[in-house]
Amino acid sequence: MPVLTQPAAPTEAESLLPLRFQKWFAGRGWSPREHQLALLAKARENRSALLIAPTGAGKTLAGFLPTLVELSAGVHLALKEGGRHPKGGGWGSATGTEQVADPHPNPPPFRGRENGQLASGEGAISHAARSNPSRSSLISTGRSVKRTGGLHTLYISPLKALAVDIARNLEAPVAEMGLPIKIETRTGDTPVSRRQRQRRYPPDILLTTPEQLALLLSSDDAPFLFSSLKRIVLDELHALVTSKRGDLLSLGLARLWRLAPEMRAIGLSATVAEPEQLARFLVPQQPAAQIAADVVTAGGAAPPIVEMLDTRERLPWAGHTARHALGEIYELIKQNKTTLVFVNTRSQAEMLFQDLWRMNDDGLAIALHHGSLDVAQRRKVEDAMAAGRLRGVVCTSSLDLGVDWGDVDLVINIGAPKGSSRLMQRIGRANHRFDEASRAVLVPANRFEVLECRVAIDAIAENAQDTPPLRSGALDVLAQHVLGCACGEPFFSDELYDEVRTAAPYAALARADFDDIVDFVATGGYALKTYERFARIKQDKQGRWRVANPRVRQSYRLNVGTIVEETMLKVRLVRSRAGGTGSTGALGRGGRVLGEIEEVFIEGLVPGDTFVFGGEVVRYEALVEDQVYVSRANDKDAKVPSYMGGKFPLSTYLAERVRKLLDDRRAWNALPDQVHEWLSLQKDFSRVPAVRELLVETFPRGNKHYLVCYPFEGRLAHQTLGMLLTRRMERARTRPLGFIANEYAVAIWGLGDLSFMIRHGQLDLNALFNPDMLGDDLEAWLAESALMKRTFRNCAIISGLIARRHTGEEKSRRQVLFSTDLVYDVLRKHQADHVLLRAARADAATGLLDLRRLGDMLARIQGRITHRELEHVSPLAVPVMLEIGRESVYGEASDELLAEAADELVKEAMS
Amino acid sequence: MRHRSKVDEFLEHISLHTVMPGQKREARLRADVPGIHVFRFGACGRTWMAGTSPAMTEQVALTVDTTAAVDIAGVSFAADLSGALFWEEQRLLVVSDLHLEKGSSFATRGVLLPPYDTAATLGRLAAVIARHDPRMVIALGDSFHDRRAHERMSAQDRDAITALQARRDWIWISGNHDPALPSDLGGMVATEVAIGRIRFRHEPTGAIGEIAGHLHPKARVSTRGRAVERRCFASDGERAVMPAFGAYAGGLSIRDAAFAKLFGTPAFTAHLLGDTKLHTIAASRCY
Repeated sequence: MPVLTQPAAPTEAESLLPLRFQKWFAGRGWSPREHQLALLAKARENRSALLIAPTGAGKTLAGFLPTLVELSAGVHLALKEGGRHPKGGGWGSATGTEQVADPHPNPPPFRGRENGQLASGEGAISHAARSNPSRSSLISTGRSVKRTGGLHTLYISPLKALAVDIARNLEAPVAEMGLPIKIETRTGDTPVSRRQRQRRYPPDILLTTPEQLALLLSSDDAPFLFSSLKRIVLDELHALVTSKRGDLLSLGLARLWRLAPEMRAIGLSATVAEPEQLARFLVPQQPAAQIAADVVTAGGAAPPIVEMLDTRERLPWAGHTARHALGEIYELIKQNKTTLVFVNTRSQAEMLFQDLWRMNDDGLAIALHHGSLDVAQRRKVEDAMAAGRLRGVVCTSSLDLGVDWGDVDLVINIGAPKGSSRLMQRIGRANHRFDEASRAVLVPANRFEVLECRVAIDAIAENAQDTPPLRSGALDVLAQHVLGCACGEPFFSDELYDEVRTAAPYAALARADFDDIVDFVATGGYALKTYERFARIKQDKQGRWRVANPRVRQSYRLNVGTIVEETMLKVRLVRSRAGGTGSTGALGRGGRVLGEIEEVFIEGLVPGDTFVFGGEVVRYEALVEDQVYVSRANDKDAKVPSYMGGKFPLSTYLAERVRKLLDDRRAWNALPDQVHEWLSLQKDFSRVPAVRELLVETFPRGNKHYLVCYPFEGRLAHQTLGMLLTRRMERARTRPLGFIANEYAVAIWGLGDLSFMIRHGQLDLNALFNPDMLGDDLEAWLAESALMKRTFRNCAIISGLIARRHTGEEKSRRQVLFSTDLVYDVLRKHQADHVLLRAARADAATGLLDLRRLGDMLARIQGRITHRELEHVSPLAVPVMLEIGRESVYGEASDELLAEAADELVKEAMS
Repeated sequence: MRHRSKVDEFLEHISLHTVMPGQKREARLRADVPGIHVFRFGACGRTWMAGTSPAMTEQVALTVDTTAAVDIAGVSFAADLSGALFWEEQRLLVVSDLHLEKGSSFATRGVLLPPYDTAATLGRLAAVIARHDPRMVIALGDSFHDRRAHERMSAQDRDAITALQARRDWIWISGNHDPALPSDLGGMVATEVAIGRIRFRHEPTGAIGEIAGHLHPKARVSTRGRAVERRCFASDGERAVMPAFGAYAGGLSIRDAAFAKLFGTPAFTAHLLGDTKLHTIAASRCY
């Protein structure tokens, strides 16, 4: 049980908060929240802390209060002599989790954008010597300049826009309290002159991103810049740690701990499944010991009110658009002041936005927001939202993070919630008053999604979290970091290895892997040692690694970061030409930019195809370098459905709950009648799968035979499973023709009579689903898998094997110098155990191929396969069967596709 | 120098044409004169013309699966799945744009691509040579990624080339990446080769009977939101552009204006290198 501390007595607040701050709070009619004081107490105890708090809890101010108090105390000391508070407050326990109940029903301080006074301290403020002796006697190793003061606090945000907004917000209290604190931001947009000045004359507080931190650390004056560092504040930590950006940040932290051993960290996070694990991120790890920062949990938020839309319409069997509920969604927007409508993909957002406007007889101000839209356009929507001019915004995960704005009083989530934590964070976006309950309506788009919504609502009621466990650090990110280190001060392998392992994701890093990475950074890590003279880093006489030439450093700077964007193409609206020909010859250039679109999507189109983009149906005209030319189409419906699936598969936790729900007859009563009836039909006709079993159905249809199974493990794992099963069935001579996977099921069809073969022992289901498919079959498939090649490409770019950008040449992105697919083929054949292939495999285990989850499932269902031989399709199979033909099938069989195209040519020739 | 001598022996009866760089070569070629014409640069450069020996018309067993028939200017060729072109009547194998040592070429600029591309390319070349057992091999230019590529080549890879050259004639045609070909790698160096109406050169000019490389044609086919992109031969029946053979060689879409200009029409054919067979598809159907 977590310790529940009593609300702080006024005297405690007084001891923690200097008078100036108390007055400021009082002046605004606020009082400090418990978790804000708790973080001050942690700071005084010189401990790092993780604050778990929902949106709107004054989290950011809590993170900065220790900094502001310390910086004000420094000045205080200089003015009044010894005004510093005694050390050690004796408040709360030094370790363990603390639950802090918040009894104050005040509006949270430090919100909104009012008072955007520019106080970024352009006029340098001279700092008096601070109380901490270690900060007053620093000697720069970079410039041999004796100095005092310097950078006190770093703030890291996943979004540069967030860093800018936070800086603006922070300036209000600083200005109002008259604190002589200099606050600056540093992002990719910061002009070079200011960046240089920041390195020479650092501000007290610097707000930046993980990539900028990596860049700062790779400069040779990093010791000068960071040795004075006292605190680091990591915002939206729950979001950062799930990706390679988190790995990069953790390695940056490890470096900072060495440069500034005094530094303490404050992590700000939404609620997560394992706070203690996340808290490890904030303190240096030691070999064979798990060390975590203290966890402070803000209580007091009202539980959200979440309902599922009980539609009056007929619930669709398949699809993801929720078109059936359009009228009801529109009504909800109309009834509320401001509604956020979340969908899972860009194309869904496009479609819904268009449909809503088609029925928008009241002319409600409904806007669209997703990551592919032009930045300026997105910013415009955000500003309109902040100003309260919008009634609704249809958005994707592009609005999952970020500053809060406006009075959002309802969140609608269309389609599958995917995970309970993800859904809770989205719902939190409606939490404009911390102490009031957020309201949300879930709109399932098909029958399976009803089950998913139902269990998600239950999970939220129990406050059950399903955030993924802390990652183990990726090797490609490590390679980037090692090169970055060499760009700064030369390093010894032994020392850097020890340093890297203080980063939580890399605590268990094997020495052999580390050495392979150093070898990779130096000469590519190839068994064939031919690149010694082209080495990027070299060892000096003492054995320290240093960068071989300035060009390497320059290239590192241009390519830092772990976000590998999908190749995006600019979409331009032009006037239609009669029948697009796809020729890349002369074409009227120019046209308004609508936004950007994935190259992968455009590659699948033929000129003349229509799709939805920027809220309208457009016709694909031509592709010229990195520009896609489209024209306005008058079609009501787009020809190419661009549902490419969400980025995130159904969480393991929700999948488990869905299986339990199916198995629990009594729980069906809580489901809508249509769904209840559907499941009952399934029970009578076939079988409803039990929690731990795998139901496999076979049946004929048309002149084909089908096999449908229901693993409930998410689309990514199912795609991999479908690919591997098809291979095996080919070998078993069942003559499979194709397969389709959705979040819940896999369907495979072919010419062989599967029921007959299973009945007569010619096809053994236990053998078919044996986990050994993850051996040779997987290997054979990986050799040609487009998904694997994409995974490898990302690793190649992040690790610095190939550059996104070269010095002095801004190549058009379509004029790539070579294809990483070719590199993958060659490397796989000649050095299959190369460290970069290992990195790509590790990614595949959890990424696009979701191999780990597939492996867990196959192990779980061993000996628990139930087969039903049916005369025709079962009710449960209908949704996945309906998706056949909507999505591409048999994803990787290129010869079939080519043959089909060739057949078309023959037909044309014969007509 | 045994290769040179073999070539000399092979090209016993030749009529001599000296072609200097920049000189107009079209005028020199008389398509109606039988034999193989080899055009070379330099002071000792000559055009060789050889008669067709009976040995060159020997029947060779072909693996039918992996080739597709392609007619160019009335001559029947077999386009091989590997991206090579085989002229059975002459027992002549043509490969284009090997780009050997492209990996190490990038390495000199700090991009440490796996150094196995030369071995991979030569391995595939050895396989296709073993399949067809050609009497003569023409490497159609850009065989080496840069002027110093051969200096970086490993002894093993050099030996592999020597082994491939044994018992057959070998002609390196120069390309824009390798205008000056190494003299120490065996084989003969030429700017172009003509056999009957067929003429082999690196950069295409659009002439009838021309087989060229340089452009690295690739084609993409898509239906229902899915796409496959492969290297391909591009041909309109009168002339052809070969796919690049090198392991690291990239590609140019056959819908690029360069191809329409070359063929004078967008109506030409792509022979795509599939996984197990070649696929003949109209260029207008590709993107």
